[in-house]
Amino acid sequence: MSTAAAHIEEDHGHHHKETFVTKYVFSQDHKMISKQYLITGLFMGIIGIAMSLLFRLQLAWPEQPFGVFEVLLGKWAPDGVMDPNVYLALVTIHGTIMVFFVLTAGLSGTFSNLLIPLQIGARDMASGLLNMISFWLFFLSSVIMVISLFVEAGPAAAGWTIYPPLSALPQAQPGSGTGMTLWLVSMAIFIASSLLGSLNYIVTVINLRTKGMSMTRLPLTIWAFFVTAIIGVVSFPVLLSAALLLIMDRSFGTSFFLSDIFIQGEVLHYQGGSPVLYEHLFWFLGHPEVYIVLLPALGITSEIIATNARKPIFGYRAMVASILAIAFLSTIVWGHHMFISGMNPFLGSVFTFTTLLIAIPSAVKAFNYITTLWKGNLQLNPAMLFSIGLVSTFITGGLTGIILGDSTLDINVHDTYFVVAHFHLVMGISALYGLFAGVYHWFPKMFGRMMNKNLGYVHFWVTAVCAYGVFFPMHFIGMAGLPRRYYTNTAFPYFDDLANINVLITVFALVAGAAQLVFLYNFIHSMFYGKEAVQNPWRSNTLEWTAPVEHFHGNWEGEIPHVHRWAYDYSKPGHDEDFVPQHIPLKKGEEELQH
Amino acid sequence: MNVLLIFSVLILIAIAIWQVTKIFELSQGKKVYTQVADDDDNNWNGKLMFGFLFFIYGITIFSFVMYGDVLLPKAASEHGSEYDNLMWISFAIIFFVQTITQALLHYFSYKYRGEKGKKALFYADNDRLEAIWTIIPVIVLAGLILYGLYTWTDIMTVEENDEALVVELYAQQFNWKARYAGDDGVLGDANVRFLQDFEGRNLVGIDATDPNGFDDVVVQELHLPVGREIIFKMRSQDVLHSAYMPFFRAQMNCVPGMITEFAFTPNITTEEMRQDSDIVAKVKKINKIRADKSKELIAEGDVALDPYEFDFLLLCNKICGASHYNMQMKIIVETPEEYAKWMAEQQTFAEVIQ
Repeated sequence: MSTAAAHIEEDHGHHHKETFVTKYVFSQDHKMISKQYLITGLFMGIIGIAMSLLFRLQLAWPEQPFGVFEVLLGKWAPDGVMDPNVYLALVTIHGTIMVFFVLTAGLSGTFSNLLIPLQIGARDMASGLLNMISFWLFFLSSVIMVISLFVEAGPAAAGWTIYPPLSALPQAQPGSGTGMTLWLVSMAIFIASSLLGSLNYIVTVINLRTKGMSMTRLPLTIWAFFVTAIIGVVSFPVLLSAALLLIMDRSFGTSFFLSDIFIQGEVLHYQGGSPVLYEHLFWFLGHPEVYIVLLPALGITSEIIATNARKPIFGYRAMVASILAIAFLSTIVWGHHMFISGMNPFLGSVFTFTTLLIAIPSAVKAFNYITTLWKGNLQLNPAMLFSIGLVSTFITGGLTGIILGDSTLDINVHDTYFVVAHFHLVMGISALYGLFAGVYHWFPKMFGRMMNKNLGYVHFWVTAVCAYGVFFPMHFIGMAGLPRRYYTNTAFPYFDDLANINVLITVFALVAGAAQLVFLYNFIHSMFYGKEAVQNPWRSNTLEWTAPVEHFHGNWEGEIPHVHRWAYDYSKPGHDEDFVPQHIPLKKGEEELQH
Repeated sequence: MNVLLIFSVLILIAIAIWQVTKIFELSQGKKVYTQVADDDDNNWNGKLMFGFLFFIYGITIFSFVMYGDVLLPKAASEHGSEYDNLMWISFAIIFFVQTITQALLHYFSYKYRGEKGKKALFYADNDRLEAIWTIIPVIVLAGLILYGLYTWTDIMTVEENDEALVVELYAQQFNWKARYAGDDGVLGDANVRFLQDFEGRNLVGIDATDPNGFDDVVVQELHLPVGREIIFKMRSQDVLHSAYMPFFRAQMNCVPGMITEFAFTPNITTEEMRQDSDIVAKVKKINKIRADKSKELIAEGDVALDPYEFDFLLLCNKICGASHYNMQMKIIVETPEEYAKWMAEQQTFAEVIQ
């Protein structure tokens, strides 16, 4: 056991003297760190959503003056009309913030931190110090990313994928100057944060499980967070290498990604490099990244559906196997982002094959969720609604992935709005629902109070309708051939008939944006004035609900509970209650479900 | 100003919802709000879940009815019909799966909505069921993969041959040029370092020491003879671009430092395409939209929009900077005779650099 954990073990139950700074700011307690991740993630999310509403306004009413543009964008919206460069900057930073800062740090950072020690029966993470450092690195990278919005020539604007040469050459685009440098610095620090966090999660899960908590008794949330951390450790360093090589091309004259370029009237010196190399390096992270986003959401969903259905999650072994299969396959499908990059078409065949394979464990998960609902006694709390919504949008979005994963079909839909619709449904909606579900479900654990359920219902239903309203019609715009990252479609009369679809999408998006205010209000208000929570409000089996409502270092007074069964004994025959928590010993003659 | 107004209205609606919720809760009197769902909540939300299924089906049908006509018209290339077949089969499969799974999900959410006193079924595994719904997707996807790979290999295998017309597509911020190989059928060597030769008249950087380049023709409007295989060689001058020709089901990135390629055989001329009933309807619809917009513009003292006539398009489809949204070139597919006539009128490289 690490010294930090041993120290806490001896010290159990004693509340050491904490100053405001060591309790709320430089905390090494996983529960506080999880809240710090959540609040930073939500704050960045507000910025990301605000940006999306701005560019949706531009897309629905192209080149129309808007007062709000003048107010928020200043010189970037002369006479209130959005500048094309800033449109590209908005979509770039929106994507970067949402994928990394909200759905990776905000999702994994929050829930891995909160739940890993509590659900495996540990006093804290293996290293509280590294955990604290990983949060503060995340915070620092967020600050730098926000600062990059205010540089003279504008923030990075080459898409969240920042392909060179566009991202390497300030002459190609104003945002590729200081804005891009700050983006790269921010992301390098973000990656460091993510790696430190992942290492902590892996070590903690392997080493600090309480007595009786074998790997096969782990809740699916832990399996998901654990495997996600492994994927992160394998793939994030490759993005770091891409970023470092790009920094070298930008600032030190190297030619990793650049060759034979003539721009702004001069031939540049670069020889021998290839942008395709960057694409390989980027997507080697980029694809696993989307599973780093999705798997925690799926783990959270498994937990919430089982608890609220009062039924075991159906097919626990298959669920674990599918998490492992998705993790493994996710590292060998990256080329499906590059079918028409100019790489050898044979590679396209290989990646089509592996990509369509990954549909299988995903399908198994979806079927298992549906079967868990069958003959359940469904408690339709807001967290449960979001979890069911996740399964719905995961199916819809995942199915269009089958079209995109087929190299032939990708020829005509690559980089169109069809892709945008697909990834928003699976990430922007599904994974986001996982975040919301997790917040509603574990709010009592985090803050000792309950969120208002009626506001939760309003939040869910408005968001659910708007989510489909925004992204379902978008598939049609993509199939019509409209490329993404277009400032306006008015340069092509052929696309004039898409205008009213764009208006519909924007209206739904504005309503969806407003609905999130309901959630924000509920979140903030309940933190201070929510109904005080009981220890186990959802009558759930997992160990976090055996810890007292009030937080202290070490999580449990006295000894950590020992585990005698898996996490899903809901409505088990032979018991009066419809749930049997993990720490309850087997009754005489009771058999444990074999896994 | 309008947006500020709309947003204020939405915020006021949100506040109203908050207040109404609060009033509702207070008016319930002695009822204790545990903030945990009770039978009433389960009833309401269960029914809403089932209703939501019809919303999903509804928005699907609505989109097809209202927006079905924006989908691309039939393909204008030989491999295009293979592409479209694969697309329709894939869509049929995913729509089938979507319809059934969404129905089960939302119906179960309704049927099994919680009731105090009810007990759930302790049903933790069924290996046979898992095997069935693993093997069936494997078989279906294997079929799709094989069909897809066969088509992909077919489309992407480009064999150099004498019948094909070799055309270079040259991308730069923010326009396209096309270079034809001329009578010798061979494109002259080219590189960006030759762009500054001949006081900027060497538009795509042809190497003047390569005799193959003398008969090359550089234009800014792409003409293609119908029924002949066109082998495109793509180059980029500065950043990544992508040559996207959606009507032909064709796309390939243009990478600086690399020559990429894509081939197709156009099988319908621009004239014939303009007579196609889908295109006629679309042009009519677009011109109506443009006429309405023009009325508005004229009222504001602006110039009216030009009427629209259908043309095949080449668009840029890889983010390349500020004018990425307006990097286009017209493509004209014509009879071999018309093509030959047009080609005869163009200047060769040798003539340009004299």
